[in-house]
Amino acid sequence: MSLLKYESQQREPLVDGNKDYHQVTEDIISPIEMKPSRLWYIGFYISVGLLLFGVYSVYREVTYGIGQWNLNKTIGWGWDITNFVWWVGIGHAGTLISAILLLFRQGWRTGVNRAAEAMTIFAVMCAGQFPIWHMGRVWMAFFVLPYPNSRGPLWVNFNSPLLWDVFAISTYFTVSLLFWYSGLLPDLATVRDRAKTKLRKMLYGIASFGWTGSTKHWQRHESLSLVLAGLSTPLVLSVHTIVSFDFATSIVPGWHTTIFPPYFVAGAIFSGFAMVQTLLIVVRKVMGLQDYITMGHIEAMNKVIVLTGSIVGCAYLTELFIAWYGQNPYEWYAFSQNRANLFSPYGWSYWLMMFCNVVSPQLFWSRKLRRNIAVTFFMSIVVNIGMWYERFVIIVTSIYRDFLPSSWSTYYSPTIWEIGFYLGTFGLFFTCFFLFAKYFPVIAVAEIKSILKTSGENYKMKMTDIEKTDAEKFYIEKVEHAH
Amino acid sequence: MPFANSPKLKNMAGGIKKFIVGSFDDEKVLFPAVKNVRRAGYKIHDVYTPFPVHGLDHAMGLRETSLHTAGFIYAITGTTTALTFMSWVFTKDWPLNIGGKPHFALPAWIPITFELTVLFSAVGMVLTFCYLCQLSPFVKKHHFHPRATDDLFVMAIECTEKTNESEVKQFLEKSGAQEINVQVAETGWWIGRYDREQKLYREEKGY
Repeated sequence: MSLLKYESQQREPLVDGNKDYHQVTEDIISPIEMKPSRLWYIGFYISVGLLLFGVYSVYREVTYGIGQWNLNKTIGWGWDITNFVWWVGIGHAGTLISAILLLFRQGWRTGVNRAAEAMTIFAVMCAGQFPIWHMGRVWMAFFVLPYPNSRGPLWVNFNSPLLWDVFAISTYFTVSLLFWYSGLLPDLATVRDRAKTKLRKMLYGIASFGWTGSTKHWQRHESLSLVLAGLSTPLVLSVHTIVSFDFATSIVPGWHTTIFPPYFVAGAIFSGFAMVQTLLIVVRKVMGLQDYITMGHIEAMNKVIVLTGSIVGCAYLTELFIAWYGQNPYEWYAFSQNRANLFSPYGWSYWLMMFCNVVSPQLFWSRKLRRNIAVTFFMSIVVNIGMWYERFVIIVTSIYRDFLPSSWSTYYSPTIWEIGFYLGTFGLFFTCFFLFAKYFPVIAVAEIKSILKTSGENYKMKMTDIEKTDAEKFYIEKVEHAH
Repeated sequence: MPFANSPKLKNMAGGIKKFIVGSFDDEKVLFPAVKNVRRAGYKIHDVYTPFPVHGLDHAMGLRETSLHTAGFIYAITGTTTALTFMSWVFTKDWPLNIGGKPHFALPAWIPITFELTVLFSAVGMVLTFCYLCQLSPFVKKHHFHPRATDDLFVMAIECTEKTNESEVKQFLEKSGAQEINVQVAETGWWIGRYDREQKLYREEKGY
């Protein structure tokens, strides 16, 4: 989607190897036309296994009640809401890549946007499970919707952040899905037109909505993606802002801080990119897409990780400083004793979070480490663990000691069914992702083609001489005729 | 089966026409070709490309799309829906005392108002897009070349009674087209599946 006709040699190619349009189609589409590998089956069955365990855990929770979890007197939110915020956070990278980077005209997004958007959708699906099943009497879940009812009608409370969440998450899911699928249409048409078997022709024919590639359709498609990107950009910022309002608008010491919205958004992007790295490092290797998801892409994402990690680090320190500076004894107690005191019951989780999110990403200031696959993969896991602990620290350490010391709870640790529910969402996430990788083009084929002639390695090679010609001559010879 | 004998399922905007189809393998060749064809007075039915070729819409003389305007209208519909509904609920229908705060709590409604604005706009725009382009599951269209979604840029020139076929073919060849052929095709869509072969209306009827 580059606006430039020519890209400087200083920039790394976004597509490696000797490619033409057909080769791009071949490389990206042929893996989904082959039988899945043994590795795919193993991964898929493990995911389905986890999913089934999750379903059973939820079944127990629904039949026996929330008592199946170790939530107690003061810890009303534990693993469930921690996991909810964690998954929602992960769901932010996809839209960031596809929307914000589209508006910023970042060419490298084309290699990773499709998979990242898919990941977003699956992560939001997982996130949504937690508040829904946490309701306990889940068959009443529709009470959160403002519909005319026989109770008055008694409407929902529009002033409540929990209701804002309902609107934010459902809007985010819908818009991400639309954005993702409208981008998929042309690529599904490519799969359809290459299909050999009747079944594939039929299914991809239905899925591609009869897309032809007409110029007028492309023109509208471009307009649609641009406006959807413009809408999604504030949307993605609003969603985690609203999630942070669940805490920030309360009066619980440790929660009611005004820094939460930007700090949550930065954290969301941070963890989202880490998850994209985890997935794509595996996908590019297994599906042989190293030419499209290059070291340059991985490095660019690591730069985002070090930036957002540092923003998160700043936020942690600011929050700590303000807790002290604000001179509210309860607030300061929550920070100094419940969190920063290593010898308090949950002190370990605070320092684990600090180490994973603030200290370890600083490795990525080194270019050598940014471009190292093993280090990147390891770091992506560390960051995800750290970001899980961030939510755990915020939720549990703020509420396990409330204003009344007599109700200070005993040490909270999850039951097997709480853990099972969490593992189940992993199962859901990876089951969806395995199916996606098998049946959909994991890279946006049409978008890669549109940057191929400016950013493809072989095309850039051909233009090495251009930078040596003087500017005026270059304009007359190349730009005039390039269209 | 598809569009024969079932005129109701057929898009009335379409019709059966004859086309001369030229395929190009490079967008750099396509651009001058589009210009030349237009200058020569032939009617370009459409150009099918595997990816959005920037500037092609201008070269073909298509007007700008107003899809974004539709998006804006949907957006303000969402804004007003959210605001009027919440105001009505909390000030008229069931004024609820929430901590003694004002019933008309505008700042607290900003998040939902914003979300509905985005939701209406996005859903509305996608539906409008699908309507304008006539895209839907189970819709089938004529494809002039299967590689138009892979690596070919396919130009379809509509034949009228006055068109001299061989002249157009020569013209396309000179402009750099790789494959040139004549196709009789339905321009609209019909309900059909891609795993089934289609027959043209006139072939089936035998005229």
